[in-house]
Amino acid sequence: MVDITPADAVPPAEVAEMELYHPHSWWTKYVFSQDAKVIAIQYSATATAIGFVALSLSWLMRLQLGFPGTFDFITPEAYYQFITMHGMIMVIYLLTALFLGGFGNYLIPLMVGARDMVFPYVNMLSYWIYLLAVLVLVSSFFAPGGPTGAGWTLYPPQAIMTGTPGGQDWGIILMLASLILFIIGFTMGGLNYVVTVLQARTRGMTMMRLPLTVWGIFTATVMALLAFPALFVACVMMLLDRVLGTSFFMPAIVEMGEQLQHNGGSPILFQHLFWFFGHPEVYIVALPAFGIVSDLISTHARKNIFGYRMMVWAIVGIGALSFVVWAHHMYVSGMHPYFGFFFATTTLIIAIPTAIKVYNWVLTLWRGDIHLTIPMLFALAFIVTFVNGGLTGLFLGNVVVDVPLSDTMFVVAHFHMVMGVAPILVILGAIYHWYPKVTGRMLDETLGRFHFWVTFLGAYLIFFPMHYLGLIGIPRRYAELTDMTIMTESAHHLNSFISIMAFIVGFAQMVFLFNLIWSIRHGREAGGNPWRATTLEWQTPQTPPAHGNFGKDLPIVYRWAYDYSVPGAKEDFIPQNVPGNFGLSKEPA
Amino acid sequence: MAIALVLVLVVVGSVLFHFLSPWWWTPIASNWDYIDHTIIITFWITGVVFAAVVLFMAYCVFRFRHREGSRAAYEPENKRLEWWLTVITGVGVTALLVPGLFVWSRFVNVPSDATEVEVIGQQWQWSFRLPGKDGKLGTSDTRDITAENPLGVIPGDPNGQDDVVVEAADLHLPIGKPVKMVLRSVDVLHDFYIPEFRAKMDMIPGSVTYFWFTPTRTGTFQVLCAELCGQGHPLMHGVVMVDTEQDYLAWLGQQQTFAQLSAPQKTGSADQATASGLNVAAKLETVEAR
Amino acid sequence: MSVILVFLAVIAGFAGWWLSHQRLTAKPWLEQGLAGDFVGLDRSALPTAKIGLGVFLAVVGCLFSLFTSAYFMRMGLSDWRPLPLPRLLWLNTGVLVLSSIALQCAVVAARKGQIDNVRLGLATAGFTSFAFLIGQLMAWRQLTEDGYLLAANPANSFFYLITGMHGLHILGGLIGLGRTSVGAWNGARPERLRLGVELCAMYWHFLLFVWLCIFALLAGWAATFIDICRGLLT
Repeated sequence: MVDITPADAVPPAEVAEMELYHPHSWWTKYVFSQDAKVIAIQYSATATAIGFVALSLSWLMRLQLGFPGTFDFITPEAYYQFITMHGMIMVIYLLTALFLGGFGNYLIPLMVGARDMVFPYVNMLSYWIYLLAVLVLVSSFFAPGGPTGAGWTLYPPQAIMTGTPGGQDWGIILMLASLILFIIGFTMGGLNYVVTVLQARTRGMTMMRLPLTVWGIFTATVMALLAFPALFVACVMMLLDRVLGTSFFMPAIVEMGEQLQHNGGSPILFQHLFWFFGHPEVYIVALPAFGIVSDLISTHARKNIFGYRMMVWAIVGIGALSFVVWAHHMYVSGMHPYFGFFFATTTLIIAIPTAIKVYNWVLTLWRGDIHLTIPMLFALAFIVTFVNGGLTGLFLGNVVVDVPLSDTMFVVAHFHMVMGVAPILVILGAIYHWYPKVTGRMLDETLGRFHFWVTFLGAYLIFFPMHYLGLIGIPRRYAELTDMTIMTESAHHLNSFISIMAFIVGFAQMVFLFNLIWSIRHGREAGGNPWRATTLEWQTPQTPPAHGNFGKDLPIVYRWAYDYSVPGAKEDFIPQNVPGNFGLSKEPA
Repeated sequence: MAIALVLVLVVVGSVLFHFLSPWWWTPIASNWDYIDHTIIITFWITGVVFAAVVLFMAYCVFRFRHREGSRAAYEPENKRLEWWLTVITGVGVTALLVPGLFVWSRFVNVPSDATEVEVIGQQWQWSFRLPGKDGKLGTSDTRDITAENPLGVIPGDPNGQDDVVVEAADLHLPIGKPVKMVLRSVDVLHDFYIPEFRAKMDMIPGSVTYFWFTPTRTGTFQVLCAELCGQGHPLMHGVVMVDTEQDYLAWLGQQQTFAQLSAPQKTGSADQATASGLNVAAKLETVEAR
Repeated sequence: MSVILVFLAVIAGFAGWWLSHQRLTAKPWLEQGLAGDFVGLDRSALPTAKIGLGVFLAVVGCLFSLFTSAYFMRMGLSDWRPLPLPRLLWLNTGVLVLSSIALQCAVVAARKGQIDNVRLGLATAGFTSFAFLIGQLMAWRQLTEDGYLLAANPANSFFYLITGMHGLHILGGLIGLGRTSVGAWNGARPERLRLGVELCAMYWHFLLFVWLCIFALLAGWAATFIDICRGLLT
């Protein structure tokens, strides 16, 4: 037991007083703001807006798949443009931006006890470049030839050839330019998140006292900083292939009977670069979700997170391992087959720390005091979908099992479950959890429960049966599922069912959007700490927190983030900034 | 409370769906039932874990839901339990990995008696080439592709002269003989995939990839392209027929060799090939016109 | 992909070293109170801006390692024809070394508070960096005039791509250098000026290092070196 200093002898916080930029006008306060909280909201709003575009694209795709031949305007060309934009927006412009740019910006400074990010100006630039990237992306919808239809993986050679929508038009160029901008903008933001965690933690906030949310976002950001350059390199080289006729990725090609100028390039090289980014990207989305869900479960089960140390080690371990598994996306790509042995092994090893995290979430519930609030419901739903999606990952990671299943609907079902549905359930839960801090009001409970049930059950009903379509052997990325001997009548019915569920789930998100807007004015007053949580963001003097976050003095941290239901303490939670030793005289079993 | 019930229903429903639904893999037609067995093992292990975790969670939610005056236990960690769970997970993962790697080594090592069959993918059709009497495929190069030589066989290579060229038509294979599919593409990535054979592999322009299998049942099987290759991707079908030895030889006898095809009077087949490529293009047009 | 993996292993080494000082095995629930014993752990004594730049340089390093990885993978294919490096690159290298030295002198001067020498160092560095960029452009022109066009061969493509990318980073650095210089002439606070100069020097030394690696790579020495290592291992 290390109880060191009585409260009154505590020196003032030792973090150097930041030179906060004090805005003088409405513009600098709400638009060109350098306050991480405003930037977070800007990031979130932009990501949500573009996310709804991607959601409507998925509806259009489901119209085509569920009711083939009914909707004439969805040509194969249009279909491929829809899947490409849907995938790219969801993975990069929604999930990455929302977790890191949105939650990262809002929560990191508040949770570590800082006044703001360490480089507020760069942080502001980061958002504006992100917005520019989104606008460039959106502009490709209006460009001649429309957006690219190369699939979100943008594999050359087809990505830059005439047989692919946008391949020889503006679509692919705008896509690559937008990605390059996104990466530049993200790097600026990412530097902030990392250095803020390193340097701006308040007095007493050691790394091992950080909430797991911060650990998750921090590790994910470090990974993103190291992984995004791979996408950057791939994009720049492909742009040169497309615009200036180089042959980085383009071999000798005969297209429709005509010899192209390119010679000798390697499409596999692109795939290596792409997945060197692409696999860490999965964990860039997953780790913040892991962190946030840990905090949701702990807070709403009124119990400390089980095995905090293991959780931290698992996050770091997953982060490190995720850089040596990338080629499991390429088992049937034609790379050297012996790589399969290595990458299957590393991939299955990564299942172990991931499984530990799942066990620890569930064991946190054990003997807890579970409040079935909406954030808790979402957290539980996350565990179900994540376990499901994670386990199907064991099929695809195990090289030979991947052979029949790769490029089928099984893959689509798997990654939607594990990095679509699961992280989005966390995002939704997190919004219900932190909305009271951001706005001062609670989201409407009835609408929220409706939203939860429809989203959880609907999404499960969409993606669980979809695995079995893949098991039949139905390939993914087929604009038409006709003329196929394996495509039975019942499989068509299943597809229609999935489509109908997709519309219902999408509709529920509209209800959620309404709730978000309606509750800003009409929600119940929340107070400063409605969930009775321990972490610093709930201890701010004002709600919503003002510029500078903590008023005159920064909080001083006396304990870890999970002092819930401590024996001997009167309340069932002790905030991190409350001093004192609450009768924990013996080491708990 | 509802959530505990729903969690149980999710498990029960998923398991019932798995066993009762009509959607299951196609009857196998190759030697890769090893792969099916590995999938079954994986289904069992992952299914048990899924059911265990979710049911345990449902129990926790039911048993430890908030009631007036209840308070959570205080238990920061339990090293022994955590290590046990880690070890058990490790064992489970090994049980998945070892058979998988074992079958993979079979998959990548082609038996020495396998005959080579070359598959050439192009937007959006399949062509094939069989080694002739010499048992060797002639070398090929994308740069040598012309209207008369649509597969880019190097004309100077003596091994290539007797190669049987099956241009944009059905492929026949004899039953029970291992085949090494040698895969090549002339434009973009494709993937030669027949669901009944379980095996598949991407074809990459500029390099040669392969996989092998032994057909175990006669019949007609549809070839699908499993790697996005442009707008015509979903229409890129082909046919492989697995024949008895007799039927196969009869079919083989009707095919033409590269030398026959490149003889000056025989340019007709090249037109036919272009026509077949145009077929897909025309089909796309009609789809778009709809 | 071996180059990037080696680079990441180095980064992982740094991360591991840092993590090993964060008491990852401590049981935080037993340590209530102000963690007076480990105040030193809270944050690094280095200025935040330097740490920020350090992280950024790791990203830049990652970028160039990836280009190098791609270079080696593409190099193994049959159509690779190395191009003769213009002799001018030696001169450019010398100029860039000068630039780094000038900034190092500026750092020393800033520490001693000799504002005139700081200005001299910054001006020299800016001037030589511009000279480097112009030299690189001339090398490009020389190559195109000799018929080594961008799309003619992957070796050429990589040459223009990697040198261009490096040049862009120098150009970006010049913006920072410009801001520091404005401060040096307009009487910025000494400690602030010193930090600015140190940051510039750090960035320039790193880009010089990157340039030397690129030079070795493009001249083919890196490939030879790797072959020798491989020979020693087998």
